[in-house]
Amino acid sequence: MEVPILKQGDVLIATFQAALSDADLHQLRSGLVQRVVRFRSRGVIVDVTAMDVMDSFASRTLREIAHMIRFCGAATVIVGIQPEVAFAMVQLGLTLEGVATALDLEEGLAYLKQKVAIVH
Amino acid sequence: MAQIEQIVKDTLPSTNQIPERSRIDVASELLRELVAHLRQNRTQLREEWVTRISETRLLTAMTKDEIFAEATSVYDSYVEALETGTFEALQAYARNLSERIIPRGVETHEVVGIVLLLRDVLGRSLFAKYQTDFKKLNRILDSYEPAANRIANTVAVGFVQERERVIRQQQEAIRELSTPVLQVRERLLILPIIGVIDPQRARQLTEQLLRGIRTNRAKVIVIDITGVAAMDATVANHLVQTVEASRLLGANVIVTGLSPEIAQTLVTIGIDLSKMNTVGDLQGGIEQAERLLGYKVATLVEPS
Repeated sequence: MEVPILKQGDVLIATFQAALSDADLHQLRSGLVQRVVRFRSRGVIVDVTAMDVMDSFASRTLREIAHMIRFCGAATVIVGIQPEVAFAMVQLGLTLEGVATALDLEEGLAYLKQKVAIVH
Repeated sequence: MAQIEQIVKDTLPSTNQIPERSRIDVASELLRELVAHLRQNRTQLREEWVTRISETRLLTAMTKDEIFAEATSVYDSYVEALETGTFEALQAYARNLSERIIPRGVETHEVVGIVLLLRDVLGRSLFAKYQTDFKKLNRILDSYEPAANRIANTVAVGFVQERERVIRQQQEAIRELSTPVLQVRERLLILPIIGVIDPQRARQLTEQLLRGIRTNRAKVIVIDITGVAAMDATVANHLVQTVEASRLLGANVIVTGLSPEIAQTLVTIGIDLSKMNTVGDLQGGIEQAERLLGYKVATLVEPS
């Protein structure tokens, strides 16, 4: 299932609906980067609230997305990681180093507002 | 059923060729005699037992009168258990006794010790009574020994079970008390940790913290480990993981109050604390947390 990407002013919001296949994740990666360039977005929020499992591929892809978007001149924040998922990720060594995280969508927006002075 | 009984009868060694029926009669006869003997000499045997208890310095946590009172009840329950061959009453009494004496610091070896002493005192009195009739002494011991062993067993098991129940209860209470997550300011949580952290407690701590972050929408957490005396590699690693997991939820963790000993242990084991934000004491931790949250504390009036 494809991940919908919403545009809200300077910000792009991608909300994971459920468990995603590897192909979906690849598609999300290219889709997000293309849109950042096209819309000249300042910030990207990836909402993973609905994910109850985060494997190494997904977490690596999230990191790649964040780094690629930074090269395109925007900031990324991952929001909504569940407590159990967070601890499981850490135990597997998937700590999303160098990637900003926030509690939920609201926190993510607040972070971007402060970080890249977006208007929303 | 009848067949089984027949087999049991056949396989049982028939001592002295006495028919089954009268053998049981003889056994219960002996037991009755034994119980009568113990009842008759109750005062003397009980006193001897109490003397032996104080001689061997058992039950030092209790006064002489208390020991005597308990000894009387134990003696009577003991004889009753011998007489009836049922141990429920004794079991209940043992449990009740344990409940009373465990809080006073009576140890397992003391309880087992006094029961064995009583067994010894009674055994000796039987020797003294039947020393002229060796055959009868043997038969009396045949019926006395198994019952006495079972009694000792019952009391010891009862005591240990009661102790374990108390320990379990205390552990539960400690666990419940042990990991408070406190909110000191909007979006600032404090997690004071006191005592020993075992892997189970560490897991519980992590759970509580991560849940606390969600429910309180916390941005900064101060974990204060001033009250933790020692920490091993497993627990230290768990702490690092907890810090990282909190970051994934978008919260900043400040660890305060690392004692020099713990710091040294961590450095020696080679735990990577570079990902952790550590501050010397709780006050410093809270001040830094306030800075992170954008608070500024100022005195309104100069204290006089």
